Amino acid sequence: MRTDTIAAIATAMSDSGIGIIRVSGDESVSIVDKIYRNVKMQRTLTGYQSHTIHYGFIIEEKETVIDEVMVSVMKAPKSYTAEDTVEINCHGGVYMMRKILNAVVKAGARIAEPGEFTKRAFLNGRIDLSRAEAVMDIIHAKNEFALQSSLKQLKGSVSDTVQEIRADILHEIAFIEAALDDPEHFDLESEGYGDVLFQIVKKIAKRIRVLIDSAENGKILMEGIQTVIVGKPNAGKSSLLNMLVGEERAIVTDIAGTTRDILEEMISIDGILFRILDTAGIRSTEDLVEKIGVDRARSAVEEADLVLYVIDSSVALDENDAEILRMIADKNTIILLNKSDLFTVVTKNDIYALTDKIQEYNKNSMTEPDLKAQNRYENRIIRTSMKEQNGVALFLKTVKEMFFHGDIIYNDEVYITNMRHKEALQNAYESLMQVRKSIEDHMPEDFYTIDLMNAYAFLGTIIGEEVGDDLVNEIFSKFCMGK
Amino acid sequence: MTEIREQYDVCVVGAGHAGCEAALACARLGLETIMFTVSVDSIALMPCNPNVGGTSKGHLVREIDALGGEMGKNIDKTFIQSKMLNKSKGPAVHSLRAQADKAEYSREMRKVLENQEHLTIKQAEVCELITEAYEDSSEKENSIATKRITGVKTYTGALYECKAVILCTGTYLKARCLCGEAITYTGPNGLQPANHLTDSLIGLGVEMRRFKTGTPARMDGRTIDYSKMEEQFGDEKVIPFSFLTDPENVQIDQVSCWLTYTNEKTHDIIKANLDRSPIYAGIIEGTGPRYCPSIEDKVVKFADKERHQVFIEPEGKHTHEMYVGGMSSSLPEDVQLAMYRTVPGLENCKIVRNAYAIEYDCINPRQLYPTLEFKDIKGLFSGGQFNGSSGYEEAAAQGLIAGINAAMEILNKEMIVLDRSQAYIGVLIDDLVTKENYEPYRMMTSRAEYRLLLRQDNADLRLRKIGYQVGLVSKEIYEETLHKQELINQEIERLKSTMIGAAKENQQFLTAHESSTLKTAASLAELMCRPELTYDILSALDPKRPLLPADVIEQTEIEIKYEGYIIRQQRQVEQYKKMEKRRIPADLDYHEISSLRLEARQKLIAYKPVSVGQASRISGVSPADISVLLVYLEQYKK
Repeated sequence: MRTDTIAAIATAMSDSGIGIIRVSGDESVSIVDKIYRNVKMQRTLTGYQSHTIHYGFIIEEKETVIDEVMVSVMKAPKSYTAEDTVEINCHGGVYMMRKILNAVVKAGARIAEPGEFTKRAFLNGRIDLSRAEAVMDIIHAKNEFALQSSLKQLKGSVSDTVQEIRADILHEIAFIEAALDDPEHFDLESEGYGDVLFQIVKKIAKRIRVLIDSAENGKILMEGIQTVIVGKPNAGKSSLLNMLVGEERAIVTDIAGTTRDILEEMISIDGILFRILDTAGIRSTEDLVEKIGVDRARSAVEEADLVLYVIDSSVALDENDAEILRMIADKNTIILLNKSDLFTVVTKNDIYALTDKIQEYNKNSMTEPDLKAQNRYENRIIRTSMKEQNGVALFLKTVKEMFFHGDIIYNDEVYITNMRHKEALQNAYESLMQVRKSIEDHMPEDFYTIDLMNAYAFLGTIIGEEVGDDLVNEIFSKFCMGK
Repeated sequence: MTEIREQYDVCVVGAGHAGCEAALACARLGLETIMFTVSVDSIALMPCNPNVGGTSKGHLVREIDALGGEMGKNIDKTFIQSKMLNKSKGPAVHSLRAQADKAEYSREMRKVLENQEHLTIKQAEVCELITEAYEDSSEKENSIATKRITGVKTYTGALYECKAVILCTGTYLKARCLCGEAITYTGPNGLQPANHLTDSLIGLGVEMRRFKTGTPARMDGRTIDYSKMEEQFGDEKVIPFSFLTDPENVQIDQVSCWLTYTNEKTHDIIKANLDRSPIYAGIIEGTGPRYCPSIEDKVVKFADKERHQVFIEPEGKHTHEMYVGGMSSSLPEDVQLAMYRTVPGLENCKIVRNAYAIEYDCINPRQLYPTLEFKDIKGLFSGGQFNGSSGYEEAAAQGLIAGINAAMEILNKEMIVLDRSQAYIGVLIDDLVTKENYEPYRMMTSRAEYRLLLRQDNADLRLRKIGYQVGLVSKEIYEETLHKQELINQEIERLKSTMIGAAKENQQFLTAHESSTLKTAASLAELMCRPELTYDILSALDPKRPLLPADVIEQTEIEIKYEGYIIRQQRQVEQYKKMEKRRIPADLDYHEISSLRLEARQKLIAYKPVSVGQASRISGVSPADISVLLVYLEQYKK
């Protein structure tokens, strides 16, 4: 059975030394051949024997070298998937791996579905039956995770735009279909509908093009571990951010409430990517502008993978701290007892006591009642002084440990998701171009809907929505049909 | 006590459009068939609109005809006006619609039934289905049925033993008609309802539901002022529904329909009386169809529309009764009269029959296989409104398939399932048995994803073979179709290989037809792809053209002109077929597949899809679930 060729990054997405891009399927050798050159810059891949490894380069347009690589060729059936497989060993690093995967896709491969390599391996008899259960679990888990992370990481504005575009497309399809279904009721020609649709399609295609461009820049998704810095005003949140970023980005003053909005930075700690938000200090406030900032901070915490709670240890805990502890109750948290250079009044025990009190008070909260604060925050409370750089090393170590223990998950699906989105956008765009062509060729209106529907379906994959009965529902809700 | 006890192969319950096709199919395949109806006078009755066909429904009629059904032939004998809809659009959405002489339609169909060998017509209400416990003993069938049908019992106690039953009860099960506050417990048109069968079905574990539909009033045509309406004519050249009807025989004098509109006054009356509408007063419990809204619904849901179309259509040649299309209603009689009289041309109208809504029992069709047999009861089939559909054509199509498959089962031959890439009938049945339907289901062209391939013009090429294999299409007719296909293939081949050079006279010809000139030689087929050029126009460049029948030319032209789109759809069909071919064993235990999401598992258990393809169309089953299912099936196989 012939199958299409799939590709994915096979190693962890971190800035490790080596990364592997795996390509599997009937066309894998010929696809990689398009972008692989040997030391003499010749196309040689198709000539290699199975199970050999070769030094060379991956190139992009105009034969520009992207990276130097080792490429191994494994012909069916002796490969992981039992299909022709090519593995590209490249220099690690998120950027490079993504660039090479991109080149492979451009050359004709498709981004693998979550768990698809394993699925193929199984369906091709490569994995024995006793492991079928495990295979199904992998597919299940990976898909759940991919879907959730995709939805979570999709920037709000992007998913809104996709929804809007889809709604626009669906409306046009429904209009045409209603007219086709009830021709004595709706008359397309007299309205010069083709010209109208042409303009609409042009506009929609332009919007999709913008999305494709932003996908290329990696701007569609929020990448990295989403990290939020919280704390009362002037606890040292901005100083922490500046320390991590290494430059004076946030305005740091001694006046409480200087950070009115959320500042956002991408940083890499030993190859782990963090997306850090500094929030306005949380305290009850009457100041309207600041209040908005506080509300945003709350919602940022809800979405966060990791919360850094900065406490000014020279000031006693108060109702605002209780509020914050309540807010972060079910989050992965590191608490920084900052300003350890000053006279400290807050201790670990104070935090345990306050947390347990909140839980006692709030029995119905999401947190597990038996999880005592002491267990929860053990090794997660660090004394620091941003001013004197004390405790910073311990802090960074703690963050890394949490990551490697799997307490916080670094989502390498993000890159793949981004590529998949781009693929979907590209397909949607091409479908719209086909609609334009149909209009230009003066095809009858019913031909427009074929490709409009395709565009609609492709866009749906980005936000995880299927087509289902959307069209029929739209027709009935927007157009008065029938006898 | 003596009682009547007779034996048949097949019992068909109901003599509407589904029942007629089902009974004819079985009898024509040589099975002793009895058809029950609560009134022999209501055979093939059209209790609502007086027409057959329309968008996508016309396709169904063509497909029924290609498979050897009767509807197309019957409407060709009894139509009084005919129109090909969407003629200015692509060939995929051309649809025939004919106004029927209702009485004639019934009479002609009854004649056919009465003259059919092996077919008995019986006026009786079937009250009970008789079954026995069943366990699948053959390896091959893999059936999950727990019961098998053995017969039916009528209200009078007569027992009819049989091997298969086909339920086509239409809107008669526990029917209730509503006209404002006036509620009558009758079937359509005041006919006797069937009040007992539902209990028997529930006793057999069948899941029932309640649907609703409605019909507008009929007017006395002598009280209508047509001068205030727009006249709607039929086509000048009528195209018959049946591939077997000689086009010469359908060029008749046609009657006209009339178009008028509601207005603000109409809407005001409706709005002022909404509290007296049984739907808005909450008396109606059944779910009504969105595509066939009552005028109350239209006014409420589309409040910004200033007017709605009203089509006045004759009910027949020998009656003054006129159907008021677009204004079905369940408002009280006095409101109806006031409302209709606001419409231009109807100011002095007299109502012959009031508009009414009707509620009836039907089933959740997910209990059926795509063969239209009940999964749990071997030998029990069903079709038409009983399955939750709506429309004469939808009913006839299901009746035909149910009839064929009941016969195939008895004859121990393979049952037929048309898939979504083969026929609108396939789309219709797949939608019914696979998707959640919350309202009476109507066919629409937008439901067919491969509609460019499923044209009404090529139904014979698509389906004759199946009709022949089943035994409803004669060898002679089948061979004619094969010959037609051969001619089409040859002509396409010829047009593709006949090259037109860039000679001066050719260029002049192209310029004269506002077509761009040639840079290099092009085939006739390539030229035909240009929107401005047709097979007909190109005859001047094509002196060696053979003399071909019009239908062959039509197919040739469509296949060439839309080749790019057709090929793309064919590719999609290939993908689709891959998944359809992966069968799922009927006794698969979904509880065992722990990696399925809970929702998916519940849906799969409820629907028991026959193929991975069908499973993938069930709402709530994700692509990841399908992957898991594929892996599990692989394991299961070994």
